[in-house]
Amino acid sequence: MTAIATEPTDVAGAVPARAPVIELDSVGKTYRSGSLEVDALRGVSLTIEQDEFVAIVGPSGSGKSTLMHILGCLDVPTAGTYRLAGRDVQSLGENQLAEVRNRRIGFVFQQFNLLASLSAWRNVELPLIYSGVARAERRERARLALEQVGLADRADHRPGELSGGQQQRVAVARALVTEPALILADEPTGNLDSTSSADVLGLIRDLHRSGRTIVLITHEHDIAQQASRTVHIRDGRLVEPEPHHESWARA
Amino acid sequence: MSWRDTLRTSIGAVRDHRLRSALTMLGILIGIAAVILTVGIGQGAKAKVRDQIAELGTNLLVVTPGSSTSSSGVRGGRGSASTLTSRDAAALANPTVAPDVQTVAAATTANVSLAYDTTNWTTTLTGTTPEWSTIRSRTVTSGRFLTSSDVATSAAVVVLGPDTVTQLFAGRDPVGRSVTLGGTKLEVIGVLKALSSADLTSNNDLAIVPASTMSQRLVGGTRRESVDTVYVKATSDRTLSAAYQEVNAELLNTHHITGSATPDFSIATQDSILSAATSVDKTITVMLGGIAVISLLVGGIGVMNIMLVSVTERTREIGLRKALGARPSLIRRQFLVEASVLGLAGGLLGVGVGAIGAIVVPHLTSSRMIVSPTASVLAILMAVGIGVVFGVFPATRAARMTPIDALRTE
Repeated sequence: MTAIATEPTDVAGAVPARAPVIELDSVGKTYRSGSLEVDALRGVSLTIEQDEFVAIVGPSGSGKSTLMHILGCLDVPTAGTYRLAGRDVQSLGENQLAEVRNRRIGFVFQQFNLLASLSAWRNVELPLIYSGVARAERRERARLALEQVGLADRADHRPGELSGGQQQRVAVARALVTEPALILADEPTGNLDSTSSADVLGLIRDLHRSGRTIVLITHEHDIAQQASRTVHIRDGRLVEPEPHHESWARA
Repeated sequence: MSWRDTLRTSIGAVRDHRLRSALTMLGILIGIAAVILTVGIGQGAKAKVRDQIAELGTNLLVVTPGSSTSSSGVRGGRGSASTLTSRDAAALANPTVAPDVQTVAAATTANVSLAYDTTNWTTTLTGTTPEWSTIRSRTVTSGRFLTSSDVATSAAVVVLGPDTVTQLFAGRDPVGRSVTLGGTKLEVIGVLKALSSADLTSNNDLAIVPASTMSQRLVGGTRRESVDTVYVKATSDRTLSAAYQEVNAELLNTHHITGSATPDFSIATQDSILSAATSVDKTITVMLGGIAVISLLVGGIGVMNIMLVSVTERTREIGLRKALGARPSLIRRQFLVEASVLGLAGGLLGVGVGAIGAIVVPHLTSSRMIVSPTASVLAILMAVGIGVVFGVFPATRAARMTPIDALRTE
């Protein structure tokens, strides 16, 4: 396995028994505002296998957020192809994309993005509502997910009554409640102090250990070191990292 | 996502913004309450008039003298020389002339002052025949009504209305006593039963004497033969229009009116009286109803405005819900349901306020109000409909947001 696919993957061949979770092939994204065109991504090719824990590292403006949006099916590429678990995302309609986000991907955002008016467990059950799970089962699964992040006793608290670290743990519970193949974490510790950061990173490592594929986006190298593989992005392209980084050698 | 979950989410959103939701509902509330009240007042007024006209009697034609026009073109006012006479009434009562007419009663009225002991009371005196009680569906509570022998002998007798009795006799039984009318003593032979439509005072405050007594002993002068009104009762509901034709033809004939000459009388049916009486009310009802509908429209625009604000304010929430897997149709549904919840709540409160108004208004204005359940249900449906219609634009806008644009908004 290579961090940067130098040759396009053979798409005509049979899909392997365990298809890679993510296959990006020369993916580009151009934003157009008026006559101005901005290339946020230029020919990104990347394969992430199941059970991997990949960190995508880059400074702000490098295109890592755009990459995250495309990986999360929140946005579609303007060039190249993206296959999520063997399925070409471009061919999917808006409703199918919603279903993919709902069932295959769990999001953890920098801003937590919890709904302030809902209690913790109601926030956690949200994705289950959209996948049509019955109420009683939703409650039970939300409770289990909160237990997994160590917040079972805070199930009825609203986000405003929780600390930043606890809020992010609720968000992690929400990401894992649907048991998705992929968890996308976008700067999950960006708004947290060092203790809470360690907590949340520990949780993410646990999730990886329990067999989930994790893509972590960050601009901090020491956080990226938690991952089993690090991918660097700069000016919309994946680049070789500076040689002295251990994380690269470890992969 | 089930409808129950959508409803729960929407009610939650309405509750989270209490003040804003309440102000939005207020617009709908006022509109619906205004609709309920105007419809109620309109129906109440109509019912009142209908009752009053029904109390005139059933299958009734009312013939009144039209203005007489002389050959020189001078129009005489009504009553200056009444063109209807008791002979007309007698002719109409002839079954060979008008087979569909059951009964005819001519009546002459005058305002007079009655005296009993030291009490004076001004009332409407009607000179008529015994048929009057049949035609007007009036009965007596004590004593008796006029008889044909009273008319034949020009008897000095009078039947009084219940209010008149109250004014003159202050609780004593008047039957057998005498009242004085301009020097003539009249014996009270009966008291009429009260009619419920108290507003039409002439129904309960009146005095009735034989037509002959009135023309020969009380009023006299040039009006001996002329009458103010001829009441004609048709044999049944179905023969009413036939009776109308017969009366019209007979009167045209006896009054020698041919061709295009204007008749010197007019015939009114209860329907024509009803529509004349309610046409003014109808105009007012339509006008008030229009204002009510405009206020509902304004309320609807209020809902749209608030929903647009809500969509803008909750851009992040919409983005998040989409990221978590909400389909655009579900987002649209959520905001539509939210708008209709606002409409429904405003509508229910509006019907409540309208119902309270229906209790209070009659006390203030003595007008009757009818709040029909149908109108209330329609009003509530209208309020929900307004929520849905005015919610479509904001909801569609919410559904069209792309998840990242929505999530990026701070």
